[in-house]
Amino acid sequence: MTDTSLPTETGDDQARPALPSGWAGVVSDYSSDQRTFKNVNWGKAMMWVFLLSDTFIFGTFLLAYMNARMSTKVAWPNSSEVFALHIGGVELPLLLIAIMTFVLISSSGTMVLAVNYGYRRDRKMTALFMLITAVLGASFVGMQVFEWSKLIEEGVRPWGNPMGAPQFGAIFFMITGFHGTHVTIGVIFLLIYTRKTWRGDFDTERRGYFTSQKSKYESIEIMGLYWHFVDLVWVFIFAFFYLW
Amino acid sequence: MTELSQGALAAEPGQTTDDHQQHPLKVYFIVWGWLFVLSACSYFVDYVGFQGLLRWTLILLFMMAKASLIVAFFMHLKWERQSLSWAMLLPPVAVLAFVGIIIFEASYTLMTREVYFDISNVPGF
Repeated sequence: MTDTSLPTETGDDQARPALPSGWAGVVSDYSSDQRTFKNVNWGKAMMWVFLLSDTFIFGTFLLAYMNARMSTKVAWPNSSEVFALHIGGVELPLLLIAIMTFVLISSSGTMVLAVNYGYRRDRKMTALFMLITAVLGASFVGMQVFEWSKLIEEGVRPWGNPMGAPQFGAIFFMITGFHGTHVTIGVIFLLIYTRKTWRGDFDTERRGYFTSQKSKYESIEIMGLYWHFVDLVWVFIFAFFYLW
Repeated sequence: MTELSQGALAAEPGQTTDDHQQHPLKVYFIVWGWLFVLSACSYFVDYVGFQGLLRWTLILLFMMAKASLIVAFFMHLKWERQSLSWAMLLPPVAVLAFVGIIIFEASYTLMTREVYFDISNVPGF
Protein backbone atom coordinates (compact mmCIF):
# COMPACT_ATOMS: atom_id res chain seq x y z
CA MET A 1 0.00 0.00 0.00
CA THR A 2 3.00 2.29 0.13
CA ASP A 3 3.28 2.32 -3.64
CA THR A 4 1.63 5.59 -4.64
CA SER A 5 2.93 5.70 -8.21
CA LEU A 6 0.50 6.33 -11.03
CA PRO A 7 -0.93 3.40 -12.90
CA THR A 8 1.12 2.21 -15.83
CA GLU A 9 0.60 3.67 -19.25
CA THR A 10 -2.14 1.28 -20.17
CA GLY A 11 -3.65 1.57 -16.72
CA ASP A 12 -3.30 -2.09 -15.93
CA ASP A 13 -3.41 -2.72 -12.23
CA GLN A 14 -1.29 -5.47 -10.85
CA ALA A 15 -3.11 -8.67 -10.00
CA ARG A 16 -6.40 -7.82 -11.62
CA PRO A 17 -9.06 -10.51 -11.42
CA ALA A 18 -10.15 -12.16 -14.66
CA LEU A 19 -12.72 -10.10 -16.56
CA PRO A 20 -16.15 -11.55 -17.23
CA SER A 21 -17.14 -12.01 -20.86
CA GLY A 22 -20.33 -11.54 -22.86
CA TRP A 23 -23.11 -9.32 -21.56
CA ALA A 24 -21.88 -9.64 -18.00
CA GLY A 25 -18.59 -8.26 -19.29
CA VAL A 26 -20.29 -5.29 -20.95
CA VAL A 27 -22.15 -4.46 -17.74
CA SER A 28 -19.08 -4.84 -15.53
CA ASP A 29 -16.90 -2.81 -17.92
CA TYR A 30 -19.33 0.09 -18.05
CA SER A 31 -20.06 0.07 -14.33
CA SER A 32 -16.43 -0.17 -13.27
CA ASP A 33 -14.02 2.49 -12.09
CA GLN A 34 -11.45 4.38 -14.12
CA ARG A 35 -11.85 3.04 -17.59
CA THR A 36 -14.40 1.21 -19.68
CA PHE A 37 -12.21 -0.29 -22.38
CA LYS A 38 -10.16 -2.63 -20.23
CA ASN A 39 -7.59 -4.32 -22.38
CA VAL A 40 -7.17 -1.56 -24.96
CA ASN A 41 -4.51 1.08 -24.57
CA TRP A 42 -5.62 4.70 -24.60
CA GLY A 43 -4.21 5.38 -28.05
CA LYS A 44 -6.32 2.64 -29.60
CA ALA A 45 -9.46 3.73 -27.74
CA MET A 46 -8.93 7.31 -28.89
CA MET A 47 -8.42 6.20 -32.49
CA TRP A 48 -11.70 4.29 -32.34
CA VAL A 49 -13.50 7.35 -30.96
CA PHE A 50 -12.01 9.47 -33.73
CA LEU A 51 -13.07 6.93 -36.36
CA LEU A 52 -16.58 6.93 -34.94
CA SER A 53 -16.75 10.72 -35.31
CA ASP A 54 -15.38 10.39 -38.83
CA THR A 55 -18.13 7.86 -39.56
CA PHE A 56 -20.66 10.55 -38.79
CA ILE A 57 -18.89 13.05 -41.06
CA PHE A 58 -18.96 10.68 -44.01
CA GLY A 59 -22.46 9.59 -43.00
CA THR A 60 -23.76 13.16 -43.25
CA PHE A 61 -21.98 13.62 -46.59
CA LEU A 62 -23.72 10.56 -47.97
CA LEU A 63 -27.01 11.82 -46.53
CA ALA A 64 -26.51 15.17 -48.27
CA TYR A 65 -25.92 13.22 -51.47
CA MET A 66 -29.09 11.21 -50.92
CA ASN A 67 -31.05 14.39 -50.29
CA ALA A 68 -29.74 16.06 -53.45
CA ARG A 69 -30.34 13.02 -55.62
CA MET A 70 -33.83 12.30 -54.29
CA SER A 71 -35.08 15.87 -54.49
CA THR A 72 -33.92 16.84 -57.98
CA LYS A 73 -36.30 16.79 -60.92
CA VAL A 74 -33.42 16.48 -63.39
CA ALA A 75 -32.07 13.01 -64.12
CA TRP A 76 -28.92 12.08 -62.17
CA PRO A 77 -25.91 11.42 -64.43
CA ASN A 78 -25.38 7.72 -65.15
CA SER A 79 -22.21 6.98 -63.18
CA SER A 80 -21.66 3.80 -65.18
CA GLU A 81 -21.19 5.95 -68.30
CA VAL A 82 -19.59 8.98 -66.65
CA PHE A 83 -16.80 6.89 -65.16
CA ALA A 84 -16.34 4.55 -68.12
CA LEU A 85 -12.96 4.18 -69.77
CA HIS A 86 -12.42 3.77 -73.50
CA ILE A 87 -9.67 1.25 -74.12
CA GLY A 88 -9.00 0.01 -77.64
CA GLY A 89 -12.37 1.22 -78.86
CA VAL A 90 -14.22 -0.71 -76.15
CA GLU A 91 -16.14 1.13 -73.47
CA LEU A 92 -15.60 -0.47 -70.08
CA PRO A 93 -17.99 0.83 -67.41
CA LEU A 94 -16.49 1.96 -64.10
CA LEU A 95 -13.14 0.35 -64.94
CA LEU A 96 -10.97 2.95 -63.22
CA ILE A 97 -13.13 2.85 -60.09
CA ALA A 98 -12.89 -0.94 -60.01
CA ILE A 99 -9.10 -0.77 -60.24
CA MET A 100 -9.04 1.86 -57.47
CA THR A 101 -11.18 -0.43 -55.31
CA PHE A 102 -8.83 -3.37 -55.82
CA VAL A 103 -5.78 -1.21 -55.10
CA LEU A 104 -7.28 -0.01 -51.82
CA ILE A 105 -8.25 -3.54 -50.75
CA SER A 106 -4.74 -4.74 -51.57
CA SER A 107 -3.31 -1.96 -49.43
CA SER A 108 -5.57 -3.03 -46.56
CA GLY A 109 -4.14 -6.53 -46.84
CA THR A 110 -0.54 -5.33 -46.79
CA MET A 111 -1.36 -3.13 -43.76
CA VAL A 112 -2.67 -6.16 -41.88
CA LEU A 113 0.60 -7.96 -42.66
CA ALA A 114 2.57 -4.95 -41.42
CA VAL A 115 0.69 -5.01 -38.09
CA ASN A 116 1.26 -8.75 -37.80
CA TYR A 117 5.00 -8.54 -38.49
CA GLY A 118 5.18 -5.62 -36.06
CA TYR A 119 3.96 -7.77 -33.20
CA ARG A 120 6.45 -10.43 -34.25
CA ARG A 121 9.15 -7.76 -33.79
CA ASP A 122 10.19 -8.21 -37.41
CA ARG A 123 11.40 -4.69 -38.06
CA LYS A 124 12.32 -5.05 -41.73
CA MET A 125 9.18 -6.87 -42.87
CA THR A 126 7.01 -4.38 -40.98
CA ALA A 127 8.73 -1.45 -42.67
CA LEU A 128 8.54 -3.17 -46.05
CA PHE A 129 4.83 -3.89 -45.87
CA MET A 130 4.06 -0.41 -44.58
CA LEU A 131 6.01 1.03 -47.50
CA ILE A 132 4.03 -1.14 -49.94
CA THR A 133 0.81 0.08 -48.29
CA ALA A 134 1.96 3.68 -48.71
CA VAL A 135 2.82 3.11 -52.38
CA LEU A 136 -0.58 1.52 -53.06
CA GLY A 137 -2.28 4.41 -51.25
CA ALA A 138 -0.31 6.94 -53.26
CA SER A 139 -1.27 5.21 -56.52
CA PHE A 140 -4.91 5.35 -55.42
CA VAL A 141 -4.61 9.11 -54.97
CA GLY A 142 -2.85 9.30 -58.35
CA MET A 143 -5.76 7.55 -60.06
CA GLN A 144 -8.15 9.88 -58.30
CA VAL A 145 -6.25 12.87 -59.68
CA PHE A 146 -6.61 11.31 -63.15
CA GLU A 147 -10.33 10.82 -62.59
CA TRP A 148 -10.83 14.39 -61.37
CA SER A 149 -8.93 15.96 -64.26
CA LYS A 150 -10.85 13.79 -66.75
CA LEU A 151 -14.18 14.95 -65.32
CA ILE A 152 -13.10 18.59 -65.11
CA GLU A 153 -12.05 18.36 -68.76
CA GLU A 154 -15.51 17.06 -69.62
CA GLY A 155 -17.02 20.15 -68.00
CA VAL A 156 -18.05 18.84 -64.58
CA ARG A 157 -18.11 21.72 -62.09
CA PRO A 158 -19.47 22.03 -58.55
CA TRP A 159 -22.35 24.15 -59.93
CA GLY A 160 -23.20 22.16 -63.03
CA ASN A 161 -22.28 19.60 -65.65
CA PRO A 162 -23.32 18.57 -69.16
CA MET A 163 -24.57 15.13 -68.08
CA GLY A 164 -27.54 15.93 -65.85
CA ALA A 165 -28.45 17.17 -62.40
CA PRO A 166 -26.21 20.15 -61.48
CA GLN A 167 -25.66 18.89 -57.91
CA PHE A 168 -23.65 15.94 -59.23
CA GLY A 169 -20.37 17.88 -59.39
CA ALA A 170 -20.62 19.36 -55.91
CA ILE A 171 -21.41 15.97 -54.37
CA PHE A 172 -18.71 14.19 -56.36
CA PHE A 173 -15.92 16.64 -55.55
CA MET A 174 -16.89 16.91 -51.89
CA ILE A 175 -17.20 13.20 -51.11
CA THR A 176 -14.30 11.85 -53.17
CA GLY A 177 -12.17 14.88 -52.26
CA PHE A 178 -12.70 14.33 -48.56
CA HIS A 179 -11.95 10.64 -48.91
CA GLY A 180 -8.86 11.39 -51.01
CA THR A 181 -7.66 13.77 -48.29
CA HIS A 182 -7.98 10.95 -45.78
CA VAL A 183 -5.95 8.64 -48.02
CA THR A 184 -3.29 11.33 -48.50
CA ILE A 185 -2.97 11.92 -44.77
CA GLY A 186 -2.76 8.15 -44.30
CA VAL A 187 0.05 7.88 -46.86
CA ILE A 188 2.01 10.65 -45.11
CA PHE A 189 1.68 8.92 -41.75
CA LEU A 190 2.53 5.54 -43.27
CA LEU A 191 5.77 7.00 -44.62
CA ILE A 192 6.59 8.57 -41.23
CA TYR A 193 5.92 5.24 -39.52
CA THR A 194 7.94 3.34 -42.12
CA ARG A 195 10.89 5.56 -41.28
CA LYS A 196 10.34 5.11 -37.55
CA THR A 197 10.13 1.34 -37.93
CA TRP A 198 13.18 1.14 -40.17
CA ARG A 199 15.18 3.25 -37.71
CA GLY A 200 14.20 0.82 -34.96
CA ASP A 201 12.21 3.27 -32.83
CA PHE A 202 9.77 0.57 -31.78
CA ASP A 203 12.56 -1.77 -30.69
CA THR A 204 14.54 0.82 -28.74
CA GLU A 205 11.35 2.49 -27.42
CA ARG A 206 12.68 5.83 -28.59
CA ARG A 207 10.58 8.68 -27.23
CA GLY A 208 8.29 10.46 -29.69
CA TYR A 209 8.97 13.98 -30.87
CA PHE A 210 5.61 15.49 -29.85
CA THR A 211 4.40 13.33 -26.98
CA SER A 212 7.65 12.09 -25.39
CA GLN A 213 5.90 8.73 -25.11
CA LYS A 214 7.86 5.56 -25.74
CA SER A 215 7.45 4.19 -29.25
CA LYS A 216 5.61 0.88 -29.23
CA TYR A 217 4.49 -1.54 -31.90
CA GLU A 218 0.88 -0.89 -30.80
CA SER A 219 1.15 2.35 -32.78
CA ILE A 220 1.26 0.34 -35.98
CA GLU A 221 -1.99 -1.39 -35.09
CA ILE A 222 -3.54 2.03 -34.43
CA MET A 223 -2.19 3.28 -37.77
CA GLY A 224 -3.76 0.16 -39.30
CA LEU A 225 -7.15 0.99 -37.79
CA TYR A 226 -7.10 4.35 -39.54
CA TRP A 227 -6.03 2.81 -42.83
CA HIS A 228 -8.73 0.12 -42.75
CA PHE A 229 -11.28 2.80 -41.95
CA VAL A 230 -10.29 4.67 -45.12
CA ASP A 231 -10.87 1.42 -47.01
CA LEU A 232 -14.18 0.97 -45.21
CA VAL A 233 -15.40 4.42 -46.22
CA TRP A 234 -14.51 3.63 -49.82
CA VAL A 235 -16.74 0.53 -49.66
CA PHE A 236 -19.70 2.79 -48.89
CA ILE A 237 -18.75 5.46 -51.44
CA PHE A 238 -18.29 2.77 -54.10
CA ALA A 239 -21.72 1.31 -53.35
CA PHE A 240 -23.74 4.49 -52.98
CA PHE A 241 -22.06 6.93 -55.32
CA TYR A 242 -20.65 4.81 -58.12
CA LEU A 243 -22.93 1.79 -58.26
CA TRP A 244 -26.34 3.06 -57.11
CA MET B 1 2.55 -11.12 -24.35
CA THR B 2 3.26 -7.59 -23.27
CA GLU B 3 5.80 -6.84 -20.62
CA LEU B 4 2.83 -5.64 -18.60
CA SER B 5 1.20 -9.01 -18.41
CA GLN B 6 4.53 -10.65 -17.82
CA GLY B 7 5.06 -8.26 -14.94
CA ALA B 8 1.61 -8.80 -13.52
CA LEU B 9 1.96 -10.58 -10.23
CA ALA B 10 -1.05 -12.83 -10.31
CA ALA B 11 -1.52 -13.07 -14.05
CA GLU B 12 -3.72 -16.05 -14.70
CA PRO B 13 -3.53 -17.86 -18.02
CA GLY B 14 -6.95 -16.74 -19.24
CA GLN B 15 -6.62 -13.16 -18.09
CA THR B 16 -7.17 -10.49 -20.72
CA THR B 17 -4.28 -8.15 -20.07
CA ASP B 18 -2.96 -8.76 -23.55
CA ASP B 19 -3.27 -5.65 -25.70
CA HIS B 20 -1.91 -7.32 -28.80
CA GLN B 21 -4.11 -8.33 -31.67
CA GLN B 22 -2.08 -11.10 -33.18
CA HIS B 23 -3.77 -13.82 -35.17
CA PRO B 24 -2.73 -16.47 -37.65
CA LEU B 25 -1.96 -15.05 -41.10
CA LYS B 26 -4.29 -17.61 -42.66
CA VAL B 27 -7.35 -15.74 -41.30
CA TYR B 28 -6.21 -12.52 -42.95
CA PHE B 29 -5.54 -14.17 -46.30
CA ILE B 30 -9.00 -15.78 -46.34
CA VAL B 31 -10.66 -12.44 -45.51
CA TRP B 32 -8.49 -10.69 -48.08
CA GLY B 33 -9.58 -13.20 -50.73
CA TRP B 34 -13.23 -12.73 -49.88
CA LEU B 35 -12.89 -8.95 -50.12
CA PHE B 36 -11.58 -9.35 -53.67
CA VAL B 37 -14.39 -11.74 -54.57
CA LEU B 38 -17.07 -9.47 -53.10
CA SER B 39 -15.61 -6.41 -54.85
CA ALA B 40 -15.64 -8.30 -58.13
CA CYS B 41 -19.27 -9.27 -57.46
CA SER B 42 -20.36 -5.69 -56.83
CA TYR B 43 -18.52 -4.58 -59.96
CA PHE B 44 -20.32 -7.21 -62.00
CA VAL B 45 -23.67 -5.92 -60.73
CA ASP B 46 -22.88 -2.82 -62.79
CA TYR B 47 -21.17 -4.69 -65.64
CA VAL B 48 -24.09 -7.05 -66.20
CA GLY B 49 -26.46 -4.12 -65.82
CA PHE B 50 -28.94 -5.33 -63.22
CA GLN B 51 -31.57 -2.66 -62.55
CA GLY B 52 -34.17 -1.81 -59.97
CA LEU B 53 -34.72 -3.69 -56.75
CA LEU B 54 -32.36 -6.54 -57.63
CA ARG B 55 -29.50 -4.07 -58.25
CA TRP B 56 -30.04 -2.21 -54.96
CA THR B 57 -30.37 -5.40 -52.96
CA LEU B 58 -27.16 -6.85 -54.38
CA ILE B 59 -25.23 -3.58 -53.92
CA LEU B 60 -26.28 -3.34 -50.25
CA LEU B 61 -25.62 -7.02 -49.66
CA PHE B 62 -22.06 -6.94 -51.02
CA MET B 63 -21.40 -3.59 -49.31
CA MET B 64 -22.46 -4.84 -45.88
CA ALA B 65 -20.54 -8.10 -46.33
CA LYS B 66 -17.34 -6.24 -47.21
CA ALA B 67 -17.77 -3.69 -44.43
CA SER B 68 -18.39 -6.44 -41.87
CA LEU B 69 -15.31 -8.37 -42.92
CA ILE B 70 -13.09 -5.29 -42.70
CA VAL B 71 -14.42 -4.21 -39.31
CA ALA B 72 -14.52 -7.70 -37.78
CA PHE B 73 -11.17 -9.06 -38.93
CA PHE B 74 -8.92 -6.30 -40.26
CA MET B 75 -9.91 -3.87 -37.49
CA HIS B 76 -10.00 -6.75 -34.97
CA LEU B 77 -13.39 -5.84 -33.55
CA LYS B 78 -14.32 -9.53 -33.47
CA TRP B 79 -11.57 -10.09 -30.92
CA GLU B 80 -12.08 -6.98 -28.81
CA ARG B 81 -14.16 -6.92 -25.64
CA GLN B 82 -17.85 -6.39 -26.32
CA SER B 83 -17.89 -3.08 -24.44
CA LEU B 84 -15.70 -1.59 -27.19
CA SER B 85 -17.55 -3.29 -30.05
CA TRP B 86 -20.96 -2.05 -28.96
CA ALA B 87 -19.67 1.48 -28.31
CA MET B 88 -18.41 1.63 -31.88
CA LEU B 89 -21.18 -0.24 -33.71
CA LEU B 90 -24.35 1.08 -32.05
CA PRO B 91 -23.98 4.87 -32.56
CA PRO B 92 -23.79 4.62 -36.40
CA VAL B 93 -27.20 2.92 -36.30
CA ALA B 94 -28.59 6.32 -35.29
CA VAL B 95 -27.71 7.47 -38.82
CA LEU B 96 -30.62 5.29 -40.02
CA ALA B 97 -33.05 7.58 -38.19
CA PHE B 98 -31.41 10.50 -39.98
CA VAL B 99 -31.90 8.65 -43.28
CA GLY B 100 -35.60 8.40 -42.53
CA ILE B 101 -35.84 12.13 -41.80
CA ILE B 102 -33.99 13.03 -45.00
CA ILE B 103 -36.18 10.74 -47.12
CA PHE B 104 -39.20 12.60 -45.74
CA GLU B 105 -37.58 15.98 -46.39
CA ALA B 106 -36.31 15.10 -49.88
CA SER B 107 -39.73 13.78 -50.93
CA TYR B 108 -41.30 17.04 -49.79
CA THR B 109 -38.70 19.12 -51.68
CA LEU B 110 -39.28 17.06 -54.82
CA MET B 111 -43.03 17.50 -54.49
CA THR B 112 -42.78 21.31 -54.21
CA ARG B 113 -40.44 21.38 -57.19
CA GLU B 114 -42.82 19.30 -59.25
CA VAL B 115 -45.75 21.51 -58.30
CA TYR B 116 -44.15 24.95 -58.53
CA PHE B 117 -41.05 24.69 -60.73
CA ASP B 118 -41.17 25.11 -64.44
CA ILE B 119 -37.69 23.79 -65.01
CA SER B 120 -37.37 25.39 -68.43
CA ASN B 121 -37.45 28.88 -66.86
CA VAL B 122 -34.76 28.24 -64.26
CA PRO B 123 -31.19 28.86 -65.39
CA GLY B 124 -28.88 26.06 -64.55
CA PHE B 125 -31.54 23.38 -64.32
